[in-house]
Amino acid sequence: MNLQFLSKKLVIAHGIEQMNKTNSFRDVAVVSVASHQTKILSEVNEVQLMANLISKCRNSIGVTQEEIGFTCSGSSDFLAGQAFSFVHTLDSVGAFPPISESHVEMDGAFALYEAWVKLQIGEVDTALVYSYGKPSAGSIIDVLATQLDPYYVAPLWPDCFSLAALQARLLLEKGLTTFERMSEIAMRSQNNGFDNPNAVRTSKDISLENLMNEPVIVDPLRTSDISEIADGGCAVILAAEDKAKSLCERPAWIKGIDHRIDSHSLGVRDLTGSPSAFLAAEKAGRNSDRLDLAEIHGMTSAQELILEKEFSLSEKTHINLSGGALAADTMMASGLIRIAEVASRIMSGQMDRGLAHATSGPCLQQNLVCILEGK
Amino acid sequence: MSAELTAVLGVGQTKYSSTRGDVSIAGLCREAAYRALEDACLDWKEIDAVVIGKAPDFFEGVMMPELYLAEALGAVGKPILRVHTAGSVGGSTALVAASLIQSRVHEKVLTIGFEKQSESNATWALSLPQPFSVSINAGAGGYFSPIIRQYMSRSGAPELIGCMVAFKDRQHALKNPYAHLHQNDLTFEEVVESPMLWDPIRYSETCPSSDGACAMVLGNEVSGDRADNPVAWIHGTAMRSESNNFPGRDEVNPLASRQCAADVFKQAGITNPLKEIDVVEIYVPFSWYEPMWLESLGFAELDHGWRLVEDGTTSLSGGELPVNCSGGVLSSNPIGASGMIRFAEAALQVRGMAGDHQVEGAKKSFGHAYGGGAQYFAMWIVGSEKP
Repeated sequence: MNLQFLSKKLVIAHGIEQMNKTNSFRDVAVVSVASHQTKILSEVNEVQLMANLISKCRNSIGVTQEEIGFTCSGSSDFLAGQAFSFVHTLDSVGAFPPISESHVEMDGAFALYEAWVKLQIGEVDTALVYSYGKPSAGSIIDVLATQLDPYYVAPLWPDCFSLAALQARLLLEKGLTTFERMSEIAMRSQNNGFDNPNAVRTSKDISLENLMNEPVIVDPLRTSDISEIADGGCAVILAAEDKAKSLCERPAWIKGIDHRIDSHSLGVRDLTGSPSAFLAAEKAGRNSDRLDLAEIHGMTSAQELILEKEFSLSEKTHINLSGGALAADTMMASGLIRIAEVASRIMSGQMDRGLAHATSGPCLQQNLVCILEGK
Repeated sequence: MSAELTAVLGVGQTKYSSTRGDVSIAGLCREAAYRALEDACLDWKEIDAVVIGKAPDFFEGVMMPELYLAEALGAVGKPILRVHTAGSVGGSTALVAASLIQSRVHEKVLTIGFEKQSESNATWALSLPQPFSVSINAGAGGYFSPIIRQYMSRSGAPELIGCMVAFKDRQHALKNPYAHLHQNDLTFEEVVESPMLWDPIRYSETCPSSDGACAMVLGNEVSGDRADNPVAWIHGTAMRSESNNFPGRDEVNPLASRQCAADVFKQAGITNPLKEIDVVEIYVPFSWYEPMWLESLGFAELDHGWRLVEDGTTSLSGGELPVNCSGGVLSSNPIGASGMIRFAEAALQVRGMAGDHQVEGAKKSFGHAYGGGAQYFAMWIVGSEKP
């Protein structure tokens, strides 16, 4: 326990050092966002979906693809059920004349990280980032089971919600949460999501009692404790320095961005925490006292509780005003959507400083944190 | 603000073969990564971040295997990125790793590309039925053979140029202990007489299907200066992509390829590639792509690339511009690593560490990868001296 405390202290010291370092980076901001989520996107394929969103994102600030210095996307072949699936989606960008482009087999938030790195080199001033997923085409729990250790775990086909349920059970048994607290998170998501057209599972007047009486789906998780799987996508444009100021009245400046990974092996991890989420937030310079809002990416209410703790979020911070991934979870895009949600509230002048988070892998294994500010 | 100078500090490769049944996916990757660290005289803990690339996850049947590999790659508590840009992925992965240093975000980065094709079935992986699209089930060879035919008719190249490339690369492979194919007794006649698979591509003119991994350690200027072994300095990096299918697209000589090459040569200050580059590793999965890319990249005049094959310019035995001294993709093809092997072999040449397939006194070399329907490109130029 003491050792753990000590290592956290060291990490904090390291994080502050990193923060100062971060300040020497080139100023890069989110200047435009477009996203869409819905329960089932019928009669529209990924190319059509993204062609619309990318056009919207570029047109709203009057930028053409020729003016974009770097393009980076995130998607999954397993989710699309097709090898090289992203090759088709390149058509939604309009990649001719040829473009400088890359793709990660990760959530779009990590594509945004790659684009941010590219902008740091200083050779280009703008970047387009996009990601998408259509989980409705298959069974997400079967798809995600193939993500596990192929020799020892995947052959058992454990589904992602059962693994997340083990995590929730540990929290309950260690007295780190209660059923009521989990339902409060679920209620927050449904209430907050009510005004968000992209949120799928929302309600203005659902009560805590309603939620606590829901059937248990994967013990101890009830229906509303589990994220609502949705189809969708997101496009974001980044710009550096003066270019950002010329494209957007109030750019959402990236003050820090970092990502970390934990061991994959569930047996060696303390599933009641997420050290990589904590570390990424420290390295990104979260400064939690000054966070107006946070968009955190959890697959269950219990995961949101773990993240709140790892990020030391207090009542001062508005958490998941969009409803979060619990209200609409689009694999491969949920993380980028969190960044877009924070950025759009800063660009509109509604908020000043926020934290956006993306996760990947079972039980919060890999995490990215991006700190955005209006100034 | 200019980019941080970046160097290749270490290279590690596994022996390429059709089945590496003796190791798991993690074991395979770790073998290459460990050798790269050893070459760089560094320890796992000195690495700031990991960038891993591979071709479609269906090739092993493991979704996002980097999650499972986090521990084996020493990435726990560190950043790890996973790149996938079709066949060019090995090259793109190295370039993403380089960008982490060029941007001064990190100082030392481990990058790795792998494929363990024996874990799954590539034909299954590439043939999953899709709604509203008809699969021609012809594989990559069926896709590229009409493009090669088009090149032959445009350039008037003699019919056996492809066989000459294949024979040359298999001869080169005999000097590379890591190469998958070591065909000691192969004769040119046997290449010519091998079965025609996708006219004009014969069996001997295609790449094998391999298990294998290739890794590199990249570092910033200070770590390049301090390295014990010789390093390769990066002189230029470029990536380009273009859409696959639209009227008027030149599939033989795609604009993205030409623009990517122009960009990377400009960065390196090279105006006459044939004279200024000493050795080349280009992505040639089907023999005819050697002359095709030599033209597209500017090493040869348009329609004259085949002459460099015919007159022995591209041969390791005394040619002016030896191409694929390692044996190339035609001799080893762990798809996700194939691009990185090109980049790594280019680095080994200018470090003077390519062993029996070393080009004497190589100072500048060119690494190349392509993917998709010849629409994704990644290139770099490395040199023995700082740019």
